[in-house]
Amino acid sequence: MTEASEKTPSTGSAARGGTTAATPAGGLSKAGIAGFLARQGILVAFVLFMIGFTLANERFISPDNVLGVIRSSAILGVMALGVTFVVISGNLDLSVGSMMSFSTIVVLDLHDQIGPGLAIPAMFALTLCLGAFNGFLVGYLKLNSLIVTLGMLSAIHGLTLTWSGGKNMDIADKAGTWFSVFGQERVLGIPMPILIFLLLASLLGIMLAKTPFGRKVYAVGGNGTAATFSGIRRARTVFTCYLISAFCVATAGLLQASRSLGSQNTVGQGMELEVLAAVILGGASLLGGSGTIFKTVIGVLILGFIQNGLLLVGLQFYVQYVVTWVIIILAVWLDIAAKRGRLLSPIA
Amino acid sequence: MTAPALRLENIVKTFPGVRALDGVSFEVMPGEVHALMGENGAGKSTLMKVLGGIYQPDEGRIVVEEKPVTMRTPMEAKAQGIVFIHQELSLATELTVAENIYLGELPRRRFGLVDWQTLYARTDAILKKLKVGFDARTIVGSLSIANQQMVEIARALTVDAKAVIFDEPTASLTDAEKSVLFDVIADLRGSGVGIIYISHRMEEIFKITDRISVLRDGSYRGTVNTAETDEDAITQLMIGRSLDLSRNTVHHELGDVALEVRGLSCGKLFQDVSFSVRKGEVLGFYGLVGAGRTEIAEALFGLRNPSGGEILLNGEVVRISSPHDAIAKGISLVPEDRKGQGLVLGMNCRDNMTLPQVDDLKAGPFVAEGAEVAIFDQYRDRLDIRTPGWRQTVGNLSGGNQQKIVIGKWLSMHPEVLIVDEPTRGIDVGSKSEIHKLIRELAAQGYAVIVISSEMPEVLHVSDRIVAMYSGRIMRTFTSEEVTEDNLIQAISGIRADRDAPVAEPA
Repeated sequence: MTEASEKTPSTGSAARGGTTAATPAGGLSKAGIAGFLARQGILVAFVLFMIGFTLANERFISPDNVLGVIRSSAILGVMALGVTFVVISGNLDLSVGSMMSFSTIVVLDLHDQIGPGLAIPAMFALTLCLGAFNGFLVGYLKLNSLIVTLGMLSAIHGLTLTWSGGKNMDIADKAGTWFSVFGQERVLGIPMPILIFLLLASLLGIMLAKTPFGRKVYAVGGNGTAATFSGIRRARTVFTCYLISAFCVATAGLLQASRSLGSQNTVGQGMELEVLAAVILGGASLLGGSGTIFKTVIGVLILGFIQNGLLLVGLQFYVQYVVTWVIIILAVWLDIAAKRGRLLSPIA
Repeated sequence: MTAPALRLENIVKTFPGVRALDGVSFEVMPGEVHALMGENGAGKSTLMKVLGGIYQPDEGRIVVEEKPVTMRTPMEAKAQGIVFIHQELSLATELTVAENIYLGELPRRRFGLVDWQTLYARTDAILKKLKVGFDARTIVGSLSIANQQMVEIARALTVDAKAVIFDEPTASLTDAEKSVLFDVIADLRGSGVGIIYISHRMEEIFKITDRISVLRDGSYRGTVNTAETDEDAITQLMIGRSLDLSRNTVHHELGDVALEVRGLSCGKLFQDVSFSVRKGEVLGFYGLVGAGRTEIAEALFGLRNPSGGEILLNGEVVRISSPHDAIAKGISLVPEDRKGQGLVLGMNCRDNMTLPQVDDLKAGPFVAEGAEVAIFDQYRDRLDIRTPGWRQTVGNLSGGNQQKIVIGKWLSMHPEVLIVDEPTRGIDVGSKSEIHKLIRELAAQGYAVIVISSEMPEVLHVSDRIVAMYSGRIMRTFTSEEVTEDNLIQAISGIRADRDAPVAEPA
């Protein structure tokens, strides 16, 4: 035997799911299947959901419906990409929903004042400032991220209302602006929001998995002290994660504004929890140090398809809130159960 | 003939790919202190988890007083009279001693209210037996580690314990606290309880145990009477060869002074510290816990701001503002807390090893993973790290292999000065001697090495010169010729023994 076995004999859900412990010999042994489920359980669940809903209503799998679901998930998805960085670094970002409202309102307002060409970069800059503020408080001042971003949720909401004077924001000349291109155009038959979501997911996915920065995010979230002892500048890493989160929020705000060309002050309200749900559903640990962009995308899609599927089988819209919560609890429970090897355990 | 308090019969436990326990059998008699020894990874922890109801054995039986038992949870193990005193204490620090001892079984009055009078009375009765200097109403968090351990022991006494298992109980105790603990163990033994005592410390084993059982690679290697054996024989059983802890006598050709410290102070932690290390030299730091040794290392590594004095690297005065800065200047630190400071336990072996240089190992904008694997392979071979591959999660390795990953991490940076703080704490004899050998080899290759250790044999074995610290100050610097155990102990106790001899200056 090797010395490696003594502590955790488990199914090996290591950091980043994919890079796990040595697979035991013997191909698809019982342990092998359990190990596969532990690593890819979320993917399996996704496929099962898809099959189930398709059997219940075959319209579910039609190209129109599938594209529709992905498209309506794209804004949430873009935000979840950024939050994935923050969560892996061991922190939370609950301000993304209200920050998205801010971005949307600001870009719509500036559109009519300075034109779309300037409004977009100005909105990105302002949103990044908010992210930098989060990052400064959590990274450099080492304040608790839950408190900081929960407070920012409220503060940014106030900022948005102040900016808009509490009124809805609409573009005056809706027919005559190219600004609608991000939310409404299609390229090769695929809606732009989907393309932007997938493009951003690929870029950020590669960044997280392949670059030194990505590696540092995992290290800081996995063990911040050890990361510091290895010469990693922890504050700077956390700060950058919040910047990435804000960048994603700004992109989401752009998509939202471009799609509707008008907005309420509360358009992003409540999305922070849905975003967090998608990230956790994808399998990122709230303690930090694990998760991937790919898994977050799957989490986003699962959430979107389940909500859509429930509508198609005739459940009332409001029931979705409850069902979504149940699914998240199930996902978290199964994740923990897979790690400790049984469903109920006397020790955590 | 009395029945054993606890008997293990042919226990087998396998995990995917490994046989962690391969037919382990031994027995503990009532009134016996039975040592369980073995390297990290030999299967001790797995065995303890089987006894504690956390793992189920695949084969074999556990027998308590001639009754076979099955235990599916820790509560069931406790109900069978098997009680653990863990190395890492599991107490609620905000609650009182009494509440901790009776947690989950607090005596009740009407309406389910806690019967405080009975609770405190019962607790004080137990504490009196243990002859401790605190009472039932004390908040646990205000007690020393040693006294917290006494609370755990008191908790063990509330059940009808057949077997009490001590897992590395002396790891963080002072000598005085240890002797109190040993008295308590002796009392327990006198009352007919069977005791399993797990420790790496030979002197304790020989002081307090009656018999010793040894595990190696998951299999049972035999039981011997403590009175009829010696350290060498036990080491042989554990690792198949003996451990060399002779004095270091070989000195390498020394190069220039790599690091010099002049009058360095840091508040109350240490004052007016001066020393130097040459290339090719191992400088040992010895002193009691709290003497300021680790704090000096932390100041050199940019984790603390010195309040005075200067640090010179290769003859130039430098300011070190952060670990990032220290690493860039060629200083590396193998920290004392391997799991807390040294490793990201959830990451794989390769990523941990290359973490400090991940910014430099680039292919375009990406991490050059091929180069990383090459570095990992190189140091795995050089340090003989036993792991199935670089993908293995570091948290799954044994302590010795984890420590080698940390050492490999810093060697691969090719530092000018390598500081190792408690290099062999909590790791087994086999890995220990490998790490000692490695430290000497590094000096031979021209590294300047600082070794901080609380173990005198270790300091004597690896160092060319030894700095003795007491209460934040350097008492004396010894060469390996002039140092003896006696004058070293006197120096770290604050006694300047040799008043006539000049305090040795760095060579």
